[in-house]
Amino acid sequence: MFNSRLWSIMRKEIIQMTRDRRTVIISIIQPILMLFLLGSAATNNVRNVPAVLFDQDHSQAARDLLDAYRAADYFTFSYQVQSVQEMRQLIESGEAKAALIIPPDYGQRIASGEPAQVEFVIDGSDATLASTALSAATLIGQAKSTAVVRASLESHGQSVASSSPIEVRTQVWYNPDMVQAFFMVPGLMGTILLQLTVTLTAASIVRERERGTIEQLIITPLRSWELMIGKITPYIFLAFFDMLEVLVIGTLVFHVPMNGSLGLLLLMSALFLGTGLGIGLFISTVAKTQQEAQVLGMLIQLPSMFLAGFLFPIAAMPPFLQALSYLMPLRYFLIIVRGIMLKGAGIEAFSGDVLALAIFCVAIVALAVSRFHKTLD
Amino acid sequence: MTSAVLADQLHKTFAEVHAVDGLSFKVEPGEIYGFVGPDGAGKTTTMRLLCGGFRPDSGHAEIYGYDVIKHPDEARTQIGYLAQRFSLYGDLTVLENLRFFAEMHNIPTSNWKPRAQEILKFVGLDEFSDRRAEQLSGGMKQKLGLATALVHRPKVLLLDEPTGGVDPVTRQDFWQLIIRLVGQEGVSVVVSTPYMDEASRCTRVGFVSRGKLITEGTPGQVTSHLNGRVLELVGDPLDRMRHAAVADPDVEDVQVFGDRLHLRIKPGSGDRVIDRLPTVLRTQGVQMQRIRPITATLEDVFIELSEQADQVQ
Repeated sequence: MFNSRLWSIMRKEIIQMTRDRRTVIISIIQPILMLFLLGSAATNNVRNVPAVLFDQDHSQAARDLLDAYRAADYFTFSYQVQSVQEMRQLIESGEAKAALIIPPDYGQRIASGEPAQVEFVIDGSDATLASTALSAATLIGQAKSTAVVRASLESHGQSVASSSPIEVRTQVWYNPDMVQAFFMVPGLMGTILLQLTVTLTAASIVRERERGTIEQLIITPLRSWELMIGKITPYIFLAFFDMLEVLVIGTLVFHVPMNGSLGLLLLMSALFLGTGLGIGLFISTVAKTQQEAQVLGMLIQLPSMFLAGFLFPIAAMPPFLQALSYLMPLRYFLIIVRGIMLKGAGIEAFSGDVLALAIFCVAIVALAVSRFHKTLD
Repeated sequence: MTSAVLADQLHKTFAEVHAVDGLSFKVEPGEIYGFVGPDGAGKTTTMRLLCGGFRPDSGHAEIYGYDVIKHPDEARTQIGYLAQRFSLYGDLTVLENLRFFAEMHNIPTSNWKPRAQEILKFVGLDEFSDRRAEQLSGGMKQKLGLATALVHRPKVLLLDEPTGGVDPVTRQDFWQLIIRLVGQEGVSVVVSTPYMDEASRCTRVGFVSRGKLITEGTPGQVTSHLNGRVLELVGDPLDRMRHAAVADPDVEDVQVFGDRLHLRIKPGSGDRVIDRLPTVLRTQGVQMQRIRPITATLEDVFIELSEQADQVQ
């Protein structure tokens, strides 16, 4: 049935929203900013690490090895030095992050079929860079070593059909190039939905109390649920708009694949939206001022950002924090969104997460509604 | 006949403080009932209990026979409430505020506009209907508050310190509006006020202190027990005159009003004091010009009752 009071509340809320342009503009621009910051700047991909070469051998074999490192694009050998001292200085000053030391007898040992050693030094002060550089250096070295063995065997006229007894082939699925944006964009959709729904709804309801307008509403026949739904609805649209904005920019600009069903994605977003609104409503029943509401909102969002798998993978967390992440609705939504977008998975692939999210949604909304009274006490 | 407002043994406690402590009173149709008392006496809490904003710990309130908690909708359609704090939307215009609250009160879309125009004209805001509420002056905000409270034609107006921080001319305007409302639309009014000149305009006043109703009646009734007990004393120097007056055994209280003093004296001691005090003053070097009994005002009653309440405490 058409409810005129409900409609009046929505209309009033929309008028107020259009007059509070700053908030609207910020909430539209913020996702774009976050997308470009997190999608492109914060990258784990290590390329062109400045490196030092300390070649004491100058043989053909040494040059071959160097070419192998150069070809991989991971390292740029911008410095050639003649002593360990010089190398140390470059790394300490931060001008170089890695160094390759080739000993004087390297070429000779290779030629005579003896094991040869090279030394690779990595600046560990940037842990992310170091771990990537380390594995890159190791991989390149191993590949080169296999090639050397193979070459020496061949030169001795032996068969090379199975050159190494064990071969490990790694293959990355769904995001083969490991593009950071692919990980970030779906996560950002969840974070933005959460932030908008929680902060804006809580603030808009608390504002009625803070400014005293609730006193005037109290003596009207307006029902609590009408006030609640009427105030929330415009923010649902704003949140959905923002989510689509991230989705569109993510797919068009960052080429994040959309492998699954858009309908399913929207449906799941609606479920998550409901959870966020429930949290926002709940905060509005606790907070007395908009500032309090903001602080409480941050208290929900910050752990979500760090622990729910938005910025850091859950699998890499200590067990205690992993357990904690189960308390965050964002965790489930991120699994669902990444599943749909990157893996093209259907609902059966993450039915447990959907169930968990649904339980969260119903519980928090029920709790908030039971606490939401249109009274002054 | 059903009372417009009935409060029956209302109790409301906040964190062990008895904000309202067994308050009972009635307001008959067409009355202006003034609620006076010091800050923290429980005036605002009572107003909120009357409009159903607070649920009483015990006791009940009725508006035209409807219990405000059991039958909130029936009761609230009769109530227009103007809160002490400005409680409209500053970012909406005058007309948008009126429209919004009209719609909240289920006034059909076809009816709100003529009613809004009528009411804006009545309070004198018709030229400002497109101005944002936050850009109105203090007095105009209060008038908009009154207009909003009246938009659904309530029969009972609850006004919580409606003229706080408003200049005297606007206060005068505001009271003229209230008196016209009572006369023309038969509205009953409960108004809390810290101003005694406003209280004296009421049909009846109730004096509250610490959540209790101390006394009530018409302004004449309330002041009657002080008849003959207030003396005006004019002379120079004021300070020495005051000291002498305070020292007199029959004088209960001395208040300075500009260049003169008001003395409240014990019942039946008027002649004694008028005989005695001039002599005393002369020996103390005071040039007394005049001493005479004057009509007691609500202000005198207010001061007397506040002192008594403090002593009881």
